[in-house]
Amino acid sequence: MEAFISTSGTAVPLLLDDINTDQIAPADKSHGHGSDMKAMLFRRWKEGDPNFVFNRPQYQSPRILVAKDNFACGSSRESAVWCMAANGIRVVVARSIADIFKENCLRNGLLAIELPLDKAVLFEEQVTKTDGAQPFAVDLPSQTITCPDGTKIAFEIREAEKIALLEGLDDIGITLKHKADIEAFEAKIKKTKPWLQKAEAHQ
Amino acid sequence: MPQTVFAKIWDAHLVTKRSDGRDIIYVDRHIMHDLHAPIAMQKIVDAGRTVLRPHLTWSSQDHSVSIQPDRDVTAREGSPFNQKVRVLAQKFGIRVFDIGDSEQGISHVIGPELGMVLPGSTYACPDSHACTVGGVGAMAFACGTTELEHVLATQSIAMLRPKTMRVNLTGKLKPGVSAKDVIMRVIAQLGADGARGYVVEYAGPVAEALEIEGRLTLCNMSIEWGARSGLVAPDEKTFAWLKGRPYAPTGAEWDAALADWRQFKTDPGATFDKEHTVDCGGLDPQITWGTNPGQVIGIGDVVPDPSSVPPERRDAFNHSLEYMGLKAGQKIEGLPVDVVFIGSCNNARLSDLDEVAKIVKGKKLASGVRALIVPGSSAVKRAAEAKGYDKVFKDAGFMWGASGCSMCAGGEGIVAAKGQRVLSTTNRNFENRQGAGVRTHLVSPAMAAAAAITGKITDSRAVPTA
Ligand code: SF4
Repeated sequence: MEAFISTSGTAVPLLLDDINTDQIAPADKSHGHGSDMKAMLFRRWKEGDPNFVFNRPQYQSPRILVAKDNFACGSSRESAVWCMAANGIRVVVARSIADIFKENCLRNGLLAIELPLDKAVLFEEQVTKTDGAQPFAVDLPSQTITCPDGTKIAFEIREAEKIALLEGLDDIGITLKHKADIEAFEAKIKKTKPWLQKAEAHQ
Repeated sequence: MPQTVFAKIWDAHLVTKRSDGRDIIYVDRHIMHDLHAPIAMQKIVDAGRTVLRPHLTWSSQDHSVSIQPDRDVTAREGSPFNQKVRVLAQKFGIRVFDIGDSEQGISHVIGPELGMVLPGSTYACPDSHACTVGGVGAMAFACGTTELEHVLATQSIAMLRPKTMRVNLTGKLKPGVSAKDVIMRVIAQLGADGARGYVVEYAGPVAEALEIEGRLTLCNMSIEWGARSGLVAPDEKTFAWLKGRPYAPTGAEWDAALADWRQFKTDPGATFDKEHTVDCGGLDPQITWGTNPGQVIGIGDVVPDPSSVPPERRDAFNHSLEYMGLKAGQKIEGLPVDVVFIGSCNNARLSDLDEVAKIVKGKKLASGVRALIVPGSSAVKRAAEAKGYDKVFKDAGFMWGASGCSMCAGGEGIVAAKGQRVLSTTNRNFENRQGAGVRTHLVSPAMAAAAAITGKITDSRAVPTA
């Protein structure tokens, strides 16, 4: 996995609640997983509304996406993260973020930040006011967002996730270190609940 | 110490704790699907890894399959996704529920139906509606593609222990009111993100009274209010429903399994991180008016006013109204309907089709309405045909499809046209999900059937049944 340490760049305001992953990565018969991830991001909104924030010139190379409550709810599709990454977005900041999406971010080296309401409001104001004119900086080691006017906003992250992102850890590799434990678990289940360790149709 | 059913399942599957605080939870059953399986399997190949337990892993062809009735002959090759699944699954020795296979169906439908997903077991699927299988008292984990790769490589998931919530469903459902109406009311009352971070146990007299298929419908929409998973504790009804299913244990193993399954109850006095009560006694058939699953009203109600939500939510509310072509204060009943879709992992099991057949039998579609019924699995299709439903539906003017996700998310190409109003028995009313600019209203199968016959949004209880 790609490590995340810090980034600096445009913060794009998409200040809505309940943005779902169907909206972030619209898939249909002709826009499946094989398609252009860069073009997929908010494709329908981009096509349907010339004033949509991602169509505006100052938001062509964003680094930070800013939303409100319940961001990226709905489908578990990881393309929602991939198409953000394909557009250079490395950080998502929202008031709250759906669980599966947060996991998907972590697995792809994207930093998903949930801010408590007071800080979220402050940050949203900064982003709206800046309107893409100047960069915001996000630094993981110090857990701070620095606004163009120098305002600093601290954010929380679990220590283990911080390390995983900073070091770009291979999640599967970590679990595979416990392969012997997994096998021991299976051996136990084979004795105590054998029906769980086999699954064959018997008719 | 008294324990919740969630804690019992979690603890029974705990392999070990990783140094980062995540629990490694063993996955008993893993069913993938055609959209994500090829990518994850390819990544396993590319990384030089292998699938740890192919005999506990399956892949179903559901999202991108054609549902044309003759597809087993004419479209057997399937989509590019279907083809990739086949090639890679064969490499790893993974059984595919393929086009033409008698056990093919939507992954979350076939898992319980085949007796593969069992009470107190764990189930993983790279799909947010994995939670469906909570209806048989199993613990589901939905995941993305990289997580899927993790499940393939390790037969486990590495997760932080989620919080627990119990929703007590009280009262007694009125006739003509279903599990779908219950879960829509729950989401309306508790919010479209009300369960984020929690595993939800649905309990109380209404959950207990529901048949198993209704419980599957109930749990299916757990993700629609953000839950990590949702379940109903298994009971004697669950066990009776599973007995004799193709992959369920038999003989002495069945007896041993039964003894094990009976412990998966929440003990009296066990505590939850959060607890809610939703009274379902007065519930009428429900319908979504907006573009998120929490925007729900009863069939007799009017479209709510923006002033009913906090000021900062009004823009989104107005946007929903505009997208749906509705005005605050307007009656929902009587609105003309263009398309009716009866299908999906939410509401396409045999009991759902029973409800539809009761309403549709001997009648015709209203003129101008296009209607489609897609069974949740090939087994449901056969069972429905054995009851003569294919004739009932076709005589009425419905298209009767082969099993798949179809118009639920438009993955195989069938969608509605811009501005059309669709009554859909699915679980997501998101903008553009059933086609660009399409106006989706989520309803129960009976409500969808009633609309197909009358051509407008109708209280299903008012339509005479056969
Ligand atoms: S039927 Fe719909 S919700 Fe269910 S798995 Fe298929 S696309 Fe997803």
